[in-house]
Amino acid sequence: MPYTANKPEPATREELRARIPGWGVDLDPADRPSVPRERFDPNGTGAHWDFPDRQPEGDQPRERSIEHGMLPPVFGTSAPLHGVSGAIRRFAYDRFSEGRAAHWLLLIAGDRVDAWGAHLRSLATLRPDNPITETGVVSELRHGLTARVGRKRADVNHQWIDPILVAGPWVLVGLGAAAGVRALRRRQR
Amino acid sequence: MRAMVYRGPYKVRVEEKPKPRIEHPNDAIVRVQLGAICGSDLHLYHGMMPDTRVGTTFGHEFIGVVDEVGPSVQSLKVGDRVMVPANIYCGSCFYCTRGLYSNCHNVNPNATAVGALYGYSHTTGGYDGGQAEFVRVPFADVGPTIIPDWLDDEDAVMLTDALSTGYFGAQLGDITAGDTVVVFGAGPVGLYAAKSSWFMGAGRVIVIDHLDYRLEKARTFAHAETYNFTEYDDIVVHLKQITDWFGADVAIDAVGAEADGSFLQHVSSAKLKLQGGSPVALNWAIDSVRKGATVSVMGAYGPIFSAVKFGDAMNKGLTLRMNQAPMKRQWPRLFEHIQAGHLKPSDIVTHRIPLEHIAEGYHIFSSKLDDCIKPLVVVGER
Repeated sequence: MPYTANKPEPATREELRARIPGWGVDLDPADRPSVPRERFDPNGTGAHWDFPDRQPEGDQPRERSIEHGMLPPVFGTSAPLHGVSGAIRRFAYDRFSEGRAAHWLLLIAGDRVDAWGAHLRSLATLRPDNPITETGVVSELRHGLTARVGRKRADVNHQWIDPILVAGPWVLVGLGAAAGVRALRRRQR
Repeated sequence: MRAMVYRGPYKVRVEEKPKPRIEHPNDAIVRVQLGAICGSDLHLYHGMMPDTRVGTTFGHEFIGVVDEVGPSVQSLKVGDRVMVPANIYCGSCFYCTRGLYSNCHNVNPNATAVGALYGYSHTTGGYDGGQAEFVRVPFADVGPTIIPDWLDDEDAVMLTDALSTGYFGAQLGDITAGDTVVVFGAGPVGLYAAKSSWFMGAGRVIVIDHLDYRLEKARTFAHAETYNFTEYDDIVVHLKQITDWFGADVAIDAVGAEADGSFLQHVSSAKLKLQGGSPVALNWAIDSVRKGATVSVMGAYGPIFSAVKFGDAMNKGLTLRMNQAPMKRQWPRLFEHIQAGHLKPSDIVTHRIPLEHIAEGYHIFSSKLDDCIKPLVVVGER
């Protein structure tokens, strides 16, 4: 089409109303609950305080972003910092702002240390981590082929990486341990 | 209590955890009846979200029954059936008093760049989520709402995030009558965003994905025109072609951090964690709209940098709008839409998974097995 002042015309309003349930019912921005973006209504939230009561902080200081001027009054307590991963995470919070890549990369490093520590600790319990049940991979037996064969899926080109990410470190550790044992035996001879 | 617990990337299990307790005078404890796995839970599951700790329970979409209330709670009592918005917010800070509940400043010590959510890592505050028998609900007088008698449980749970987010995403598009809207992603949020675009007067709604079964749902549920991007050499060129070489007026990114379409982008973000997210869908949105258009971003991205084509956005004079949705702000109008029969939210639910089988649920949803679109998590008796 020639590049003129007009843009392509869609179907008419009557056609759209007839075809689409609810077409145009929010056409008026006044009917859109998030328009305008900010609506000052301090009495409309249910809060009956100017500033919330403070939740007790617990046994150890709650880690917080250094971009906060104070500890916010309410926070989650789901998994307090502990061990090596906790030290890495606390360093990330205490030293780097959210604007620094180091902050987030250290937190991700802490996540990996946390997961590895948990896996190793689980081996000393009555319920060690089970990569078969915990990954839910048995569902592949029922649905894996039908979900992928003959379908134009863009994600099949990288899904082969997932088992390597999950099992690869265990295989490497196993091979390393086997090599260590072999080396020790050789030295004993 | 029984609860889903994160054990590391790609690994979750159900185990016994202590029942949550009242930790603040305005807390409630809710006995969960029905929850859901959200597409954004998959970013946690895949280890993409910084500070996701082993032992955490995920789940920011849930409904249940009030089991216990703190001493300052006025609006709820034990036994009330409630729907709980995904956002945790105080109701009294600068942001909450202006309706920006997802940006609350009083609930997340771990970051100022995001508010707080249930079960979404310590980066969003370190709260346990609702894929468990019980959950702590802070600010019980602010967030939870008693479920109206006429509202189905499955519809109610969809309002706690996915539907509200899709509806919010369409609003951020600033749609005017007759606009062409292109939605990237035919998951739950994309389907709801496409459906909602019509409410705001769109003249044409196009949905892009690579999963045919989801595109089929986009046609039947959201009355959308659909295209599978794997069938085109370049989906941006195709979108220009079908809009008379003009481009869409509005684009909505309903994909986020694990977008497919570029092996390099996906692997560098979702697998190697070198980016906060794979910006394939966002870049397609930027490139496929017309100059002066609006791009609404509902897809979730991590806090690390992503390779977004910002130069194109600048040179085209685009308006980029985004936020985590303030869920409860959407509810009164969405109640009206549901009651008027404009949509049935639970029409997109494909799986109902018992809590004890949640590991399989995560794998099925993550790997897009069994034509999965939206899995619910059945926790208690309903």
